[in-house]
Amino acid sequence: MTKAQIIERVAEQVTTLTKRQAELVVNTIFNSVRNSLHKGDKTEIRGFGSFRLRARRMKEGRNPKTGATVSVPAKKVPFFKAGKELKDLLNK
Amino acid sequence: MRKADIANEIYEKVGVSKKEASDIVEFILDLLKSVLQKGESVKIAGFGNFVVRSKGARKGRNPRTGEEIGITPRRVVTFRPSQVFKKYVNQP
Repeated sequence: MTKAQIIERVAEQVTTLTKRQAELVVNTIFNSVRNSLHKGDKTEIRGFGSFRLRARRMKEGRNPKTGATVSVPAKKVPFFKAGKELKDLLNK
Repeated sequence: MRKADIANEIYEKVGVSKKEASDIVEFILDLLKSVLQKGESVKIAGFGNFVVRSKGARKGRNPRTGEEIGITPRRVVTFRPSQVFKKYVNQP
C-alpha cells in the first residue's frame, strides 16, 4: 500500500474531510515523526512501534570500482522498532 | 513525541476537532497494521517502506542462563528509511 492509497482510504472513511485535507493529515503524521527525529526526540506510537535515531560510527569504506579506500563519515540513521501489539498481530 | 502530539498537530493544521484528529490517527494506524498483517508492504514516499519479512526457525540461547532454546519461525516488520529521510536527519 502506498501513501496515495492511504490518503484515498482516509478520504473514503472520514467523509467530513476533503481529499486535500486527507492528504494533509497523512503528510502531517509522517512529517511530524521526521521532524521529531531531526530535533533529536524519539517518537513512541503505542500499539504500533517507536522511531528513534541510531548512531553509525565513522568507518573505512572502499570504492568498489577503483578499490580506493574512502572514509565514510559518522552519521545517524532512522530506526523503527515494532511494538508488541504489531509483533503479536503478525504472528497470530 | 506521542500519538497525542501527532493528533494535536493535525488539529492545528487541518481544522478538525481534537476528537476527530485522534480518531483519524487511530484509523490510519489500524489501516497500516491490517496491511502489514496481510504481509503487504507499506510504502511512504519521502519517508520509507515498512516490509514484512519471514524468519525461519533457529536455535537461540538464554543469555542469562546459557540454556539453549528453540526460536519458532516468525514474521517481523522492518523499516527501510528513504534516502530523503536519511539525509534529513543528518542535516544541521
